[in-house]
Amino acid sequence: MHTSPPATPDAVVTLRDVHKSFGPLKVLDGVSFEVPRGTVTAIIGRSGSGKSTALRCIDRFETIDRGEIRVCGHAVHDPALDLRRLRQDVGIVFQSYNLFPHLTIEENITLAPTAVKGLARAEARARAAEVLAKVGLGDKLQAYPEQLSGGQQQRAAIARSLAMQPKVMLFDEVTSALDPELTGEVLRVIEALAASGMTMVMVTHEMGFARGIADEVVFMHRGRVHERGPAAMLAAPTTPELAQFVGSGL
Amino acid sequence: MALNLDFGAVLERWPSFLDGALLTLQLAGVATVVGGALGGVAAIGRRSRYPAIRRLCEVYVEAIRNTPLLVQIFLVYFGLASLGFKFSAVTVAALALTINVGAYTTEIVRAGLDAIPRGQIEAAEGLALTRAQIYRHVVLLPAIERVYPALTSQFVLLMLASSVTSQISAEELTAVANYIQSDTYRAFETYIVVALFYVALSFLMRGGFWALSLVLFPRRRRLGTPL
Ligand SMILES: Nc1ncnc2c1ncn2[C@@H]1O[C@H](COP(=O)(O)OP(=O)(O)OP(=O)(O)O)[C@@H](O)[C@H]1O
Ligand SMILES: [Mg+2]
Repeated sequence: MHTSPPATPDAVVTLRDVHKSFGPLKVLDGVSFEVPRGTVTAIIGRSGSGKSTALRCIDRFETIDRGEIRVCGHAVHDPALDLRRLRQDVGIVFQSYNLFPHLTIEENITLAPTAVKGLARAEARARAAEVLAKVGLGDKLQAYPEQLSGGQQQRAAIARSLAMQPKVMLFDEVTSALDPELTGEVLRVIEALAASGMTMVMVTHEMGFARGIADEVVFMHRGRVHERGPAAMLAAPTTPELAQFVGSGL
Repeated sequence: MALNLDFGAVLERWPSFLDGALLTLQLAGVATVVGGALGGVAAIGRRSRYPAIRRLCEVYVEAIRNTPLLVQIFLVYFGLASLGFKFSAVTVAALALTINVGAYTTEIVRAGLDAIPRGQIEAAEGLALTRAQIYRHVVLLPAIERVYPALTSQFVLLMLASSVTSQISAEELTAVANYIQSDTYRAFETYIVVALFYVALSFLMRGGFWALSLVLFPRRRRLGTPL
């Protein structure tokens, strides 16, 4: 039997004994962790260990087979979940920025606030300017995505999520598609976001970054949380798997 | 053999040609607008959650793509008549052309929809947009932009194909030409003139589609790059 740790009273995200298979392939095999308000959780682990799947389950991009997921008061595991209300509370940013190519950066950002939240156009524009300034792209309102570098596109994608004023942000390897020179600018934006008190869950391959920013690190291995603890655990792994993972420099 | 061309008698009938050309353009216009919308709806229908809707749209497309336009026109013509409806030849022609081009449009738009990366839709879902909003704001225009040349060709082709509605005596360009050549006994000259009219109409339509693209695709207008 799985014994879940007692729920943290102020958890924004809670996973309890989450199971998920794709056909015969068991990808999540009893995953549990929680993310307290205002903290950063980094999910690390080898390719195929289920990191992305775990993250996607939080925003119900995958439905789980068993277990429980609670996010900002929404019972994500419940089939009757109001998906759109969940997603108004959760911002998600993917590795491939997925900006809408036919819209300007401003239109990319104002779309959801106007269409989903019913914000007036002027108000949405003001908000777009504000979030873009936050990610250092204040001068790119009228540019189209293809006119931006990868790092700029990723920052614009983060701004687009922020414009919905989410309560928690999910990042899935948001720097993996970027050249090393461009990762820094994106990581700094995420750092600033963490400093502002945003609750975040991030899948990352950037160990140095995880060590610097994460309040908690979740090491996944074969669909399970193999080790979990403060970022300092990366310097002193207790399991051979984590030691090997950290040692391999991935 | 000497070529003996005399356009005099034929060109005297220019007002009739003009009337015919105008009707051809109207038929093409109606079929383009209504058939285009029908194709858009059916293309989305082919991606519906509901198998029955997917199947219905598929049957529609296959039925049209595997039968000749002229037969479709007769089916609509005699079908409506046998049901007791009395419509003018022009109405029947417009209806048949609309149904026809709607099916081809479905396939073209579907290819455009399929070309939208899954990540675009997930990003939109992550922003809490509804399915309808995602189609409207995220998917449809880029999909159409990608297949716009194919759509343009299809609608021009439809305008040219509308000549077969002369068979049910819709008085479009080709039907007019048929009268004129039998009146004037100048068949070759008549069809040369008609061919030139069709060329002009084709250019007119292509110009129209180009102008429309400037409105629909502001990114392309500004950057000039394909999506
Ligand atoms: N939609 C899907 N259908 C089938 N199998 C899937 C699907 N999504 C993921 N998988 C499989 O599930 C396993 C875990 O995938 P996941 O993307 O969660 O891994 P990951 O830890 O994020 O890896 P990476 O570091 O490479 O991104 C992999 O074996 C993957 O091939
Ligand atoms: Mg992954």
